Amino acid sequence: MELSLRGVSHKVGAQQHLYPMDLRLAPNAVTVLLGATQAGKTTLMRLMAGLDRPTDGQVLVDGTDVTGWPVRKRDVAMVYQQFINYPSMTVRDNIASPLKLRGKLDRAAIRARVDELAAKLHIEMHLDKLPAQLSGGQQQRVALARALAKQAPLMLLDEPLVNLDYKLREELREELGALFADGESTVVYATTEPAEALQLGGYTAVMDAGELLQYGPTAEVFHRPASLRVARAFSDPPMNLVIAQGMGDRLQLRPGLELALPGQGGVTVGVRASALRVSARPGDIAIRGEVELAEISGSDTFVHARTEIGELVAQLTGVHDFELGAPLTLYLNAAHVHVFDAAGLLTRAPERQGAR
Amino acid sequence: MARIDLDLAHAYRPDPKEDADYALLPLKMSFEDGGAYALLGPSGCGKTTMLNIVSGLLRPSHGTVRFDGRDVTALTPQQRNIAQVFQFPVIYDTMTVAENLAFPLRNRGVAADRIKARVGRIAEMLELNGQLNQRASGLSADAKQKISLGRGLVREDVSAVLFDEPLTVIDPHLKWQLRRKLKQIHNELKLTLIYVTHDQVEALTFADRIVVMTRGRAVQVGTAGELFERPSHRFVGHFIGSPGMNFLPAALEEGGGLSVAGQPVAGAVDAVTGAALSRAEPFALGIRPEYVELEEIGDGSAHARPGTITGTVAQVQDIGTYWLVTAQAGPHTLKARLSAHARPPAPGASIALRVLNPHTCFYGADEQLIAAATVAAAQEGLA
Repeated sequence: MELSLRGVSHKVGAQQHLYPMDLRLAPNAVTVLLGATQAGKTTLMRLMAGLDRPTDGQVLVDGTDVTGWPVRKRDVAMVYQQFINYPSMTVRDNIASPLKLRGKLDRAAIRARVDELAAKLHIEMHLDKLPAQLSGGQQQRVALARALAKQAPLMLLDEPLVNLDYKLREELREELGALFADGESTVVYATTEPAEALQLGGYTAVMDAGELLQYGPTAEVFHRPASLRVARAFSDPPMNLVIAQGMGDRLQLRPGLELALPGQGGVTVGVRASALRVSARPGDIAIRGEVELAEISGSDTFVHARTEIGELVAQLTGVHDFELGAPLTLYLNAAHVHVFDAAGLLTRAPERQGAR
Repeated sequence: MARIDLDLAHAYRPDPKEDADYALLPLKMSFEDGGAYALLGPSGCGKTTMLNIVSGLLRPSHGTVRFDGRDVTALTPQQRNIAQVFQFPVIYDTMTVAENLAFPLRNRGVAADRIKARVGRIAEMLELNGQLNQRASGLSADAKQKISLGRGLVREDVSAVLFDEPLTVIDPHLKWQLRRKLKQIHNELKLTLIYVTHDQVEALTFADRIVVMTRGRAVQVGTAGELFERPSHRFVGHFIGSPGMNFLPAALEEGGGLSVAGQPVAGAVDAVTGAALSRAEPFALGIRPEYVELEEIGDGSAHARPGTITGTVAQVQDIGTYWLVTAQAGPHTLKARLSAHARPPAPGASIALRVLNPHTCFYGADEQLIAAATVAAAQEGLA
């Protein structure tokens, strides 16, 4: 199905929760709503579901204006942060409930569908248990299976993995990505985590303070953030931002430290943490500083450094040890930076080698 | 400060018989005096049980806890001289920041000038010195938790300071700064610190040594580098790193060659590794996505490259700061992480996957590390 918003805004009293926005969601694909808490993600989802009515504008489903329609007339499945299941029903009955309610399938067909979904979400061994007998991760899998059982053309998920620990999140993200790739539903998935958007792929709508800032294929939005605001919202660790002076054919980060890129006047150079290295390659500039802290995630080490051009964070693959306060030189190639103009709009993004 | 030795087990039910009856399976472990340790694992792994046994809040059902050789199993946290910091701030709202920090010292009758000096030092370390005379009640959750941390650290004579997920309430953007503070404070004060968390960044960043736990068992104690490079148990390979380690079934062929995922691999393992493996069959090969190297095989013909198996590309994901390639080798799935600046292969492409290199580990049926590869033939790399 194709869901579009036309000039939709939302006000509560005098407070503007959503500023007017136009958005046509890619049909039968995942759209990630990415933004910090209070960005307006849940408000927007409630308008999409029909739980709230926009103050202005229209919600269209396959071209039909459904703005005033109540939620029960819409065909929507929702999953929330909290694990919501029927506590007195077995897992099997929980998953089967939307199918029974609809009454289109006979008992054998319902049984087969529940078995199939349970297998996909790895809860087939728990079908006869009650939700309370399961761990948090398993309970959320039950809620997800029930939402999928509905086979609703529109599925809304509001930070469904936020209450699970990170390894479970990682596994479920991967499974959800595969389930959504079936292309049976238009899926909207709200999250505060840039990594979640990148892992799910699909499309991303970046939101900030009630505004829709940018919409497009997830990787494209990440690599070509239209503005500083998008770059800030869509990076973890934060993109390093350095004020620079355009000198015509080069950008001066500070006297004696320049990138061979064209520019005039005051600009902001954006450097993703992954663009900084600790070993030099031909054409690099060298930035001197000292280590404040090395944060280690396992697959990556995030080195916080105080440098001659301000605080920087570098992302290195694998585990690296650094003493607090140790001297450190970071290397950067001009080809790997973003440049934003004085108004904060993107004027240059690194070229993507592997992009196809 | 104390060295802490555990030789114990804990079951919440009497007369435990099987592994599942134990919250903590029988273990022997030592925390060195002045070390910074993290207990890391998913919920229900036993890390909080272990912390409570160290503090004295919980008495183990079997065995002993020793501080500097002295049996303290029956002693209370006060008698053991333990300081604790919990998930949520525990402070006196009606007192000032300085009075809150001084409280543990005043309780023990420390002289006023000593208290003043110590409170000043801790406040400076935590950047609370501007707020010393403010009432605690008006402060943000972050600042309150900093006071809790400060109260945990203010006494010099404690046996150990224990932290139970202390950064839960801290704003994500401020977390790294507090992690840095804690690390600095540990460097300066050299207190014995034990830190419980389910967050791998927190554990790996804070601690000198990390205790990885699962299902009541401590499966490895090591530095961040050791856990990443040489997981001593498959759970560690899986749990540390995103995505976790790849595991493929492997076997020794007649004549000492190695087969992985059903394919013979050129480049024999050395004699020592081979002997260890031959005693351990069946076994699995483990390699991290960061260390799998890929090469496209243009025409699909697989002339044997050292240390490689062949497969096809199932999926290529742009994770922004790197490419994640999912490959299929027969029924087995393998992930490889490539630099963002590399050119990834296309889905459907035939590829050679180098799985045998100095980072390769081997695991037995009991999931324990058998051997790590030291493979001369595999060191040459892909052409």
